[in-house]
Amino acid sequence: MVGRSNLSNRTIDAAIVTILIIFTLVCLVPLLHTLAVSFSDKTAADAGRVLLTPIKVTTSSYAKVLDDAKFFHAFYISVKRVFFGGLLNFVLTVMMAYALSKDAKQFTMRNVYMWFLVFTMLFSGGIVPWFLTIKSYHLLDSFWALILPHAVQVFNVILLMNFFRNLPKELSEAAEMDGAGPWYIMIRLFLPLSLPAIATVTLFSIVFHWNSFFDGLVLMNKQDHYPLQTYIQTLVAQLSMQAMTGMSPDQLAQAMAVSNRTFNAAKIIISMIPILLIYPFIQRFFIHGMTLGSVKE
Amino acid sequence: MRMKKNAIHYNVMVLPGIIFLALFSIVPIFYAIIAFENFKPGRGIRGSEWIGLENFTYLFQLPDSGQIFFNTIFLAVLKIIANLIIPLVFALLLNEVRQKFLRKSIQTIVYLPHFLSWVLLATIFFDVFSLDGIVNKLFGVFGIDPILFYASNKWFPAIIVGTDVWKEFGFSAIIYLAALTGINPVLYEAAEMDGASRFRQLWHVTLPGVRTTVVLLGTLALGNVMNANFDQIFNMYNPLVYQSADIIDTYVYRAGLNDLQFSLATAVGLLKSVISFILVVISYFMASKFANYRIF
Repeated sequence: MVGRSNLSNRTIDAAIVTILIIFTLVCLVPLLHTLAVSFSDKTAADAGRVLLTPIKVTTSSYAKVLDDAKFFHAFYISVKRVFFGGLLNFVLTVMMAYALSKDAKQFTMRNVYMWFLVFTMLFSGGIVPWFLTIKSYHLLDSFWALILPHAVQVFNVILLMNFFRNLPKELSEAAEMDGAGPWYIMIRLFLPLSLPAIATVTLFSIVFHWNSFFDGLVLMNKQDHYPLQTYIQTLVAQLSMQAMTGMSPDQLAQAMAVSNRTFNAAKIIISMIPILLIYPFIQRFFIHGMTLGSVKE
Repeated sequence: MRMKKNAIHYNVMVLPGIIFLALFSIVPIFYAIIAFENFKPGRGIRGSEWIGLENFTYLFQLPDSGQIFFNTIFLAVLKIIANLIIPLVFALLLNEVRQKFLRKSIQTIVYLPHFLSWVLLATIFFDVFSLDGIVNKLFGVFGIDPILFYASNKWFPAIIVGTDVWKEFGFSAIIYLAALTGINPVLYEAAEMDGASRFRQLWHVTLPGVRTTVVLLGTLALGNVMNANFDQIFNMYNPLVYQSADIIDTYVYRAGLNDLQFSLATAVGLLKSVISFILVVISYFMASKFANYRIF
């Protein structure tokens, strides 16, 4: 790194850092703006005067959300969904990934299962057949309709399986010599050794369940069965769809101006909190987990 | 003997998942038969009238279908190109940063949008791109008149592609960054000994080092040509921009679950699934051939 200190190099470095900071700011600005709006005075926000700092700081929009029983009911359904859905994903992913990480000599049926998995990942009947299937199981309006169809996330299974396959074979061989069975080896040996990969797939499954809105929208008829994202989606969609159908651009502009900005912003910020809470803890794992599991060269 | 006994356990571990997949991924494929019927929910699959390919021929006569297929492929291709190049540029720049703290901070921030839902982001962007939103304020500084982005068929595709890149570039860069850390530092030292400038090092060491990854991601992306991202467009579009934003998936949703044209919507969806499947299989085949990539 001898040449790194001369002038032209320093200019290049400064330019690179500047561009990267622009990238980063572009990522942050919309989020900071929403945060600022949520803490701003309603009239200032509706007039579009809030940019990145709140105007006349107030928590009144948050107080209003706190009074909104429907919002918290939807929030509760989402938490329940993440818990049960994540748990089911976790158990099935680990079991499937462990068994499928064995080669075809140890587990004759392995390749058959593997092709089955990949086929279901790549081919689907489409939305309408999916809906009719779930309807035929009488799962419409049931909480379990949000969980059971997503019980297996094939991509996560493959990710974890690839990770398991990179663990030294001698480990499980030695444990088997000592008389350990497959379940024991999976739980006591493979699980603790695969924390980065497990954290990664768990994060993916939690984020998936927390962010899903579509199944709630289609499979739930009653609004009190909606998970949070569906609840927010319908609020916003109602607003924009009703407002925009058959409207001229001028009318649309007016409709956009009267939307309740601070209230919506507060709801968005609160809905982000769970993701923001787990994100820093698992962030350090997923880079490692992702790249080890997915890219093999 | 022992191996046989273990195999039973392995089957027990896999079967619950296989049953769920059969119930929720394979059974719907049988329901897709209604694409060839005049399906009436009251009569069920067996009771409904078989009409063969009529839904498909009707579909090709619809005035909108060409536009919808075009939009899907157009938006998907734009996204694929942008999502290959911008993360690469970002990763190459970030790779030049030596200060660990700066690197980590930037990474932490740019990964975040990937984890936020399109429902929330659509709401945020609705505000950002509104008439008195941040983007129009910024345009105002340069003397550009406010634009009603959400009502403009000219601007809306750009917004769809731009916000998708915004959400994913950081996360997509992870794979490139991993490939970049895999480059042997000795190569850089040797290049520097030979008097190579930083641009020369980039050209002769760094870029060849990530070439396989670029080729791999490029070929895998081919399988996504029919997928322009339902979640994003469904949450961001509105009737004023159907003409430029409506894709196969959003059309199928409206035709099937809103207007209850079950058979027609299933035919469209099935056509898309089959084409996608063929494309994905081709792209995986190419990826294994050119980049030695295998999913399992």
